Amino acid sequence: MNRLLAIVEREMRKFFRSPSLMVMSLISPILQLVIMGNAFGGKIVGTHVAVVDQDHGPQAVKVHEAFDAVAANIQTFSTIEYNNEVQAREDVRTGKIDAAVIIPPQYSRRVYAQDAPRIGIVVDNSDLFTSSTLESEMQSLVDSLNAPQVQDRLARSVALEVVELYPYVNYLKFLMPATVALSMYISVMIGGGILYLDDKARGVHEGYLVTPITKLELVFGLNIAGAIKAMLAGISLGVIGSLLAGLSVVFHPMQMLQLLALIVASSIAFNGMMFLFMVRVDDPLVPRAMFGVLNTLLFYPSGAMYPTTSFPKWLQALTIVDPFTYVIHGLKAVLLKNGGWIAIWQDLAFLSIFGIASLLVATPLFKRTL
Amino acid sequence: MSAVSHPVMDHGHAPARPAAIAVEHIWKRYGDFEAVKDVNFSVAEGEIFGLLGPNGAGKSTLIRMMTTLIPVTAGKAVVGGHDVSRDPDDVRCAIGVIPQAMTSDPDLTVEENLSIYAKLYGVPRGAREKNISDVLDAVDLAKWRGAQTKTLSGGMRRRLEIARGLVHNPRIFFLDEPTTGLDPVSRIAVWEMLNKLKVTRNLTMLITTHYMEEADKLCDRIAIVDHGTLVALGTPVELKNSVAGANVVEVHFDRQDDAWQGRMESMDGVTSVVSEGGGFYRVITRSGSKTTMEIVELAARLGETLTSLSVQNTTLDDVFIHYTGRQLRDEQVKAVTFALPPRPGVRP
Ligand SMILES: Nc1ncnc2c1ncn2[C@@H]1O[C@H](COP(=O)(O)OP(=O)(O)O)[C@@H](O)[C@H]1O
Ligand SMILES: [Mg+2]
Repeated sequence: MNRLLAIVEREMRKFFRSPSLMVMSLISPILQLVIMGNAFGGKIVGTHVAVVDQDHGPQAVKVHEAFDAVAANIQTFSTIEYNNEVQAREDVRTGKIDAAVIIPPQYSRRVYAQDAPRIGIVVDNSDLFTSSTLESEMQSLVDSLNAPQVQDRLARSVALEVVELYPYVNYLKFLMPATVALSMYISVMIGGGILYLDDKARGVHEGYLVTPITKLELVFGLNIAGAIKAMLAGISLGVIGSLLAGLSVVFHPMQMLQLLALIVASSIAFNGMMFLFMVRVDDPLVPRAMFGVLNTLLFYPSGAMYPTTSFPKWLQALTIVDPFTYVIHGLKAVLLKNGGWIAIWQDLAFLSIFGIASLLVATPLFKRTL
Repeated sequence: MSAVSHPVMDHGHAPARPAAIAVEHIWKRYGDFEAVKDVNFSVAEGEIFGLLGPNGAGKSTLIRMMTTLIPVTAGKAVVGGHDVSRDPDDVRCAIGVIPQAMTSDPDLTVEENLSIYAKLYGVPRGAREKNISDVLDAVDLAKWRGAQTKTLSGGMRRRLEIARGLVHNPRIFFLDEPTTGLDPVSRIAVWEMLNKLKVTRNLTMLITTHYMEEADKLCDRIAIVDHGTLVALGTPVELKNSVAGANVVEVHFDRQDDAWQGRMESMDGVTSVVSEGGGFYRVITRSGSKTTMEIVELAARLGETLTSLSVQNTTLDDVFIHYTGRQLRDEQVKAVTFALPPRPGVRP
């Protein structure tokens, strides 16, 4: 027991002495999510759209007006007049402009004759986000042109809608469960993966192995220390993040207790998983290479950022065994919905069993010799 | 190269004290590769025993088997009266080990490094404080007790590791290349420290090294290891005497000619001639002055130029060459050139 505590003591002293692990496991999830959130969830503004008017009729003028309204209000794009369709296409292709709208000859006449009037849009579909945003923007403009009596109001209501969809605080709240989960994951990845193998390569373990420490003492010492580090990261981000995001969990003892229980179970699960992955690895490059792969494989399918219901079957199967799924589900239930124990007991059970089972599998694989 | 005469091999033999370490017909295989082949020796209590050999000879593999770090493939090792395969924990309690790599924790202080190990070794709480102070005094690090290990020099870190290996008062001490990578001054300081520890703590020590001088200065007995086998064993004096011929003549001809080797070997008193290339030869002879004269005459007769000529007493270098047919220094030079990529303006 004393030996086990000596291993924990060494790990914790090292942890507090070189704060890089702590800092990384707090900063990088925040960075990752804020940047990812803005990249995927943020609205697109400031693109350039060419307008090639080959009609010059009264209906074409209406289209121009609608575009000007967009430029003035939601600023998704501003327009540039072109008189050459070929040049406009070329400029989309070379990236000078993001899209080109072509109002064909006879457009106004067709509108009046109700003879299937068409407006063309040329987009660079290698840039999926910009092109789909512009397409949907154009679609709603075209829709509004089809209902001329409410055109102005609609344009303005589109602008309003976009502003209200991403109010800052709500977005922060939405990010909380994923941030807390990632902080624990990164702590385990760095502490239980990278630093663990660096120690092994430097011969720290060789030093342990010449002492009379038993295999179980060593395995549990390392894992208890790893889980404690992950818990500290999770608790720090849980508390600080909740205060910043205006979540009241910190002031409700029962909710706080549920949050703690989830963090403890998640830390055990993540740590057990990492120990199982690393138990037979000697090369310090392996965890570094695995970092990104595991992140993608475990975090994205967890439902943290995107709903999992639209996933293909194989990806949903991954979701079921992915501990991240349960961490995220539980944290959402506690932080955002205050769902009570009833909402998280299954998550707690899965995570605890997952963590302990990983350790049970890994322990016999752990070698007491070099 | 002259035929290798039989080494001073007296396997089980050691002075009439009980053996602290006994290794019998020990083997280590990694797949098909035999890293240690049928090695036998024993170390008496209170002895400093050296395993001398070039990189890759199998020294670390031997020490790792004796310290329970890797399983023994065949044969047995008894350390402190306990079989390493059957009672590894008893062995671990009886020994202190300094692995080849620096394994002290740079993020912890000197004292923390020691106290963690005192706990790992199960030193009772009441004795820890005293043990730590004692070993710190013994290695002259008492005033660095609170310092972060990463601020220590290489020599000081090595001394800390020596202290760490002694914190539970073991009787037998294993050190794998304790001075490799240290500057000459630190190296001598470590030697002095080990000699002092041997006396004050009544330690038995097993040291591996690839420095001749270290083995010569420090060890009571030396085993020369090469390619996983033990090729010679004895006290430094015994080993030097075992090389027939009392002198080494180093001769450097202006150019290389393979015919000279045979001519020198046939000279009276010469026991072996080793060519080192470029016209450079090491000639072992019973009479340095006589052989020197004959070589000079030979050169004069053939009209060859001698660049240099010197006479020395036999050293462990000659012993090593005698038993392995190679020079230990060559391996070192190779190892260094390999480790350091060539830099402009620096010739290895
Ligand atoms: N784990 C291992 N697997 C395969 N070969 C090994 C292993 N450890 C050592 N060896 C080989 O055994 C030989 C002896 O190595 P070692 O005992 O480290 O030499 P030394 O300490 O004398 O420099 C070397 O050729 C080395 O490559
Ligand atoms: Mg070695």
